[in-house]
Amino acid sequence: MDWLIIAAIKSGFVIVILLTGFAYGTLLERKLLGRLQVRYGPNRVGPFGLLQPVADGLKLLGKEDTAPAGADRVVFTLAPMISTACALSAFAVIPIGGTIDLLGRRIDLVVADVNIGILYVLGVTSLGIYGIVLAGWSSNNKYALLGGVRSSAQMLSYELALGMSLIGVLLIAGTLQLPKIVEAQATVPFILLQPLGFIVFLIAATAEVNRSPFDLPEAENELVAGYHVEYSGMKFALFQMAEYVNLIVVSSLATTLFLGGWYGPFGLLPGPHWFFLKVFLLICFFVWLRATTPRLRYDQLMRFGWKVLLPLALANVLLTAVGVLVLQG
Amino acid sequence: MDRTHELLDPIQQTGEERMVLNLGPQHPATHGVLRLVLELEGETVVNCKPVIGYLHTGFEKSFEVRNYLQNVTLTDRMDYLAPLSNNFGYSLTVEKALQIEVPPRAAVARIALVELTRIGSHLTYLASQAMDTGAISIFLYCFREREKLLDIFELCSGQRMMTSYIRPGGLALDLPPGFEKSVDSFLNEFPARLAEYEALLTENGIWQERTVGVGILPAEDAIALGVTGPNLRASGIDWDIRKATPYGGYEEYEFAVPVGTRGDVFSRYQQRLTEMRESVKIVRQALNRLPAGPHMTRDRKVAYPPRSELATSMEALIHHFKLATEGYRVPAGEVYQAIESPRGELGFYLVSDGSSRPYRLRVRAPSFVNIQALARVAAGHLVADLIALIGSLDPVMGEVDR
Repeated sequence: MDWLIIAAIKSGFVIVILLTGFAYGTLLERKLLGRLQVRYGPNRVGPFGLLQPVADGLKLLGKEDTAPAGADRVVFTLAPMISTACALSAFAVIPIGGTIDLLGRRIDLVVADVNIGILYVLGVTSLGIYGIVLAGWSSNNKYALLGGVRSSAQMLSYELALGMSLIGVLLIAGTLQLPKIVEAQATVPFILLQPLGFIVFLIAATAEVNRSPFDLPEAENELVAGYHVEYSGMKFALFQMAEYVNLIVVSSLATTLFLGGWYGPFGLLPGPHWFFLKVFLLICFFVWLRATTPRLRYDQLMRFGWKVLLPLALANVLLTAVGVLVLQG
Repeated sequence: MDRTHELLDPIQQTGEERMVLNLGPQHPATHGVLRLVLELEGETVVNCKPVIGYLHTGFEKSFEVRNYLQNVTLTDRMDYLAPLSNNFGYSLTVEKALQIEVPPRAAVARIALVELTRIGSHLTYLASQAMDTGAISIFLYCFREREKLLDIFELCSGQRMMTSYIRPGGLALDLPPGFEKSVDSFLNEFPARLAEYEALLTENGIWQERTVGVGILPAEDAIALGVTGPNLRASGIDWDIRKATPYGGYEEYEFAVPVGTRGDVFSRYQQRLTEMRESVKIVRQALNRLPAGPHMTRDRKVAYPPRSELATSMEALIHHFKLATEGYRVPAGEVYQAIESPRGELGFYLVSDGSSRPYRLRVRAPSFVNIQALARVAAGHLVADLIALIGSLDPVMGEVDR
C-alpha cells in the first residue's frame, strides 16, 4: 500500500506544480512579453498583476460552453481532454531532484522511474497532437481544419528530428532512464558534449509545442485562432493549459537531458531549486523568441524540418556514435 | 453586385476537391473590413475575389450637401491613417478652383505636416505587415513612434486623427508654440528607431523567407491596373506626383524618389522604409525654412476676418456673416488635383456650379485601385502569403468604400 500512497502524493504534487506553472506561466509570458514590447503587461489585478491568472480562470469558468452546429460533439469534447491529459502525464517521468530522506523513507523526486523514460515522454507528447487534430476536425470550421492539418504535418516533420536529437544523449549516457541520465551529468552537462544535439532539440521542441516562430496551427493572422477557434470557456482553458504544460514539459526535458537536471555548480542550493531555475530560464527564452521572430510559412517549415533539421540530427548521431566508439574502444 | 455565388459551389463547377474559404470581413489580418472569397486547394489559393462595400459611408454624396469648409471634416475620415494628406489634397483642389494663393508659412507647414503623416502611415503599414507575419513586437514599436506623431498633430489641431487642420486658404490655426521643438525631437530620434526595426527584420532569415519573391506584381500589370504610390514604385516604375507634377511647393524641396526592382512584398517593405527616410529629409528642410507670417489667406471672401475687426469694420461683419451662414462660392467649372498620398495618387475631381456646395466631388482613392492587384497576384500563393500580400498593398478600407 505504501508505494501506492507515495505515488498518489507525488502525482498530486506534480499536478499542483504544473497547474500553478501553467497559471503563472501565462502571467510570466504576458509580463515579459509586455516588457519586451515597451508596455506593462497585466498590472491591475492584485500587486504586480499577481492575481491575474485567478481572474482569468474565474472568467473562463463563467463563460458559456458552446459548440458549433454540425460539430461532432463527442470528439469536440474529448479533444481538449486528450491534449491536457497527455501534457500532464508526460511530466511523470521527469525527475525534479535526486533522492531525499523524508519521515524515514527514501523518496525519489520523480513520479515514476520507468526504464523507458524518454520513449514514454516522446510517445505521450505525440499522442497529445491527436487532441489538436481532432479539435480541428470536429469543429466543423474551415480555419480550425486548416489548423489541425498544419499541426499534424508539423508534428510528423519535427517529432522525427526531436527523437533523433536525443539519440546522442542516449549514446553517451547509455540509458533511457531519465534520473540515470541526469546522474551521468553530475560533472559535465550534456550541452557541452552535445551542442548540436541541444540546438536541434530546442528548435524541434519549439515546433513541437507550437510556439513562435512555429506557431502555425494557431496563427491568428492567418487562421484566426486555428484549431481552437470554436472553443470557449473551460474547454478553451484546457487547450491553453495543454500548451503551457507542454512548454514546461519540453523545458524540463531539455533541462534533464542537456542542462544537468538538478545538479548545480558548487553544490549550492538543493537540487530542485536548480531544476526549476533552469526550466524558468528556458521558458523565458521561449518568450523572448516569440517577441523577436516572424512566423514561418507552412512549406518553409516542412522544408526546414526535413532538409535541415533531420540531416543535422542524423549527423549528430553519427558523430556521437563515432566519438563514443573511439573513446570507449 | 455580389457575384460570390459563382464560387459558392466550386466542387460542382470544377469537379475538383476545392474548399471555399470566406476570409473576412471580420478577420484579424484583412485591415478593416475587406472580405476575400478564396478558393483553396489545400492551402494554395486558386482564386481570390475581393468583396468590398462593408465600410460604405457615402462621403461623395455627402460632399454635395455640405459647404466647402464643412467638407474638410469628411476628407479626414476617408483615409483615416493619413487625414492630413486628405485635407491637403482637398484644400489644393478647392484653392485651384478659387484661384487663391496660400501664405508661405501655411505652404511650408503643410508640406511638413503631410510628410509627417506619410511617416505615420508607413509606420502603420510596417506595424501591420510585421504583425501579419507574426513579428508582434515590431507592431508595438511602430505604434510607439506613431504615437509621437499623433501628439504633434494633436498639438496643432487639438485632434489626434480627425485633424481637419489643413483648410482651403491655409491652416485652421497657426502652428502652436513648441511645434518646431517637438518635430525636431521626433526627427532626431526617428532614424535610429528605423534602423532598429530594420535590424530586426531586413536581415532576418525568416522575414526574408516570408517576403522575398512573394506576391510579385510585375510593372506592366501594375500600370495596367492603375496601381500607384509605393506599390507601383516597388515594381520599378519611377512615378511620384510630387516630382511629376509638383504641387503645394514640392518643387522647392530636395528629395529622392526611391524605386524598387522586384515588385515583391520585400520590395514594397523596403520601398516604404526608404520613403520614410526621404520624408524625414523633407520635414527637416521645411522646418529650416518655416517663415513667420499669417497662416491663412487674407482673402476675406474665403477666410474669416479676425475677431478684432468685427467691432470696428462693417465690411468684416458682413464677410463673417456670409461665410458663417452660406460659405464661400466657388466659380463654376471643373478642376482636378492629385497629390501623392502615402498610398498613391489621391485625386479630387471637383465640379462646381458656382454655388457654395460642390455639384460633384469625385475622389480617386489609391487604395480602391491598388486593391485590384490583389486578385491578380494572389493566385498560386499560400494563405499565409496572401496575408502578407494584403498587408504589403496597405489598403485603407475607409478610402476604398468612401
